[in-house]
Amino acid sequence: MSTGEANPASRLRALAARSSASAGAVDRLGDAVLRGLCVLAALLALAALAGIAYEVIDGATLAIGRFGLGFLVHTTWQPNFKVFGAGVMLYGLAVTSALAMLLAVPIGIAIALYLAMVAPPRVRNVIGPLVEMLAAIPSVILGFWGILVLAPFLSSDMEPFLHSAIGFLPIFGEPSSTGAGLFTAGLILTIMVVPIIASISRDLFLTVPQEMKDGATALGATRWEMVRGVVLPSTAPGVVAACFLGLGRALGEAIAVAQVIGDGKAIQKLFETGNTAASAIALEFLGAENRLQASSLFYLAVILLVIGLIANLTAQAITRRFLIHRAMTR
Amino acid sequence: MSDLESTSEGGTALLDPPDHFDDLFASERLDPARPLTASRQLRRRQIFSRAMESTQTAAALLAVAMLAFVVYSVASRGASVLSFEFLTAGPPAIEETAGGGIGPMIVGTATLVGIATVIAMPIGILAALYMTEFASRRAARLLRMVLDLLFGVPSIVLALFVFELIVAGKSESGFAGSFALAIIMLPLVARASQETLLLVPQGLRDAAAALGVSHWRALRGVVLPSALGGIITGTVLALARAAGESAPLIILSAVFSRTVNFNIFSEATPNIPVYIYKASTAANPYGWARAWGAAFVLLLFILIVNIGARALHARGRRKMAR
Repeated sequence: MSTGEANPASRLRALAARSSASAGAVDRLGDAVLRGLCVLAALLALAALAGIAYEVIDGATLAIGRFGLGFLVHTTWQPNFKVFGAGVMLYGLAVTSALAMLLAVPIGIAIALYLAMVAPPRVRNVIGPLVEMLAAIPSVILGFWGILVLAPFLSSDMEPFLHSAIGFLPIFGEPSSTGAGLFTAGLILTIMVVPIIASISRDLFLTVPQEMKDGATALGATRWEMVRGVVLPSTAPGVVAACFLGLGRALGEAIAVAQVIGDGKAIQKLFETGNTAASAIALEFLGAENRLQASSLFYLAVILLVIGLIANLTAQAITRRFLIHRAMTR
Repeated sequence: MSDLESTSEGGTALLDPPDHFDDLFASERLDPARPLTASRQLRRRQIFSRAMESTQTAAALLAVAMLAFVVYSVASRGASVLSFEFLTAGPPAIEETAGGGIGPMIVGTATLVGIATVIAMPIGILAALYMTEFASRRAARLLRMVLDLLFGVPSIVLALFVFELIVAGKSESGFAGSFALAIIMLPLVARASQETLLLVPQGLRDAAAALGVSHWRALRGVVLPSALGGIITGTVLALARAAGESAPLIILSAVFSRTVNFNIFSEATPNIPVYIYKASTAANPYGWARAWGAAFVLLLFILIVNIGARALHARGRRKMAR
């Protein structure tokens, strides 16, 4: 620092001079006010969380009362007849999230291993931020790109290929005509989840003590055997927590999914259109035809909130246990 | 072939001595002068290890390629639309025509994010101060958990919450959108501030106390200024995140006019994310062209902010460490 003003020590001296000159009453008042403001801010954060849970459940009471838990399995969603069931949305949610996790977990961990173990520091400091930059792309841009660039490619090249290669699996059906569908949504979610898993896992892998890695190498382990035998086992809980955080992101993504999933109304195969809980809310809320439909969308939001919070709390619990374990075994 | 080659398979070779460990040395055939070359087993393990490293490298390249692909797609289509008129004019009266621009959306997004920052920044900093300076360890951990959970709430759920709270029974409004964006920014600002405040040396606080400086003066005069850089970086990153957030705005500030308006309490504010979203749902190449331009402007802003914040962050860390 060049100026004396910004130097903590000189700031301290100036403060001390002023404090001794000022009355104690002002200081006591200042302490109390600042403390009060901080407590207020903390309470506001708590109130926001409680308010979200209350309002969303409150909005859903009508639908919860009408459909009960059957809402989760019924697949009819017909605003005209005031019949609503979330089966299609929950199916879409499960399929797209599963596809995203299936791809993103191995890719994310592989990237993390590359960054932490293989790449020289110079390269790591370039590629690491680039991977994180992938998470900074707004979802609406990713969805726009998904429907105009990725989807045509998928429907003309990738899906016919997958259909002919592994089409015997019942989940892969005929290629879609537009490219909009569950498969495209799953891929877009993969792009969103990979940087989350990769950056958290990389930080974890970098914390593995060098002596342990050296020990494995000294015993004659190759680099991969060292990863398998030392790095992965000692960080596994943290990596699982990272995956849960990624899952939470995939479950809750509304806009990008709404753009590429094609707003399907039935349970269909992978290349066909579908819906997820979040995308249905984004697509239908403003155009809701009656209060029951709006309330059913709130019901979907309750389900999303519950699954999302469970994923988040699981990640937190794992992290806490992991850190405590770490601290004790060090 | 030598005995070294017949060691037991794979990983167990690391832990257990080979079965014939004893007669390895007893053996007449073991020649001390034999050159130490890798056995076929070892070569296989090494090749496998190399293969895994290549896979990992390929995964990293795939991610970077994906980023390059998306950025290139947006830039190549968006840059050609860019002009002074595009950045200042409103979209044409009929969406299915060429020309026009996204001026009102740029102004609107700046307004929405600005108001959200004004709401989220003080609350976030105070919450962080509470965690680092005032709260017991238990209370701090609880608040940290609350902030993490708040961060984990899907933004579309947040949109419904704010809809019930502010919009229901009235009209959409830009303020409702800003309010939702502020809730998204709050945990980001608070966590970034907390992390920076924790980096401020405890000695500074002790020194202030020893000199008889009251707590709030010490925080205002010593602790906060020392942490200011990190707090601002965190806030700007949160701001960039909020600028691209679309889910709340699609519910709270979606039905907007083609002109700049600042009636944030009674009207929806035009904004870039919703404009792109609407273009993606219509089969209209002219709208797509404008949306690519809008996406380019938004992406450019977000990437520049991210790169800048990263550079500042790295410099700040180095300075703190000194």
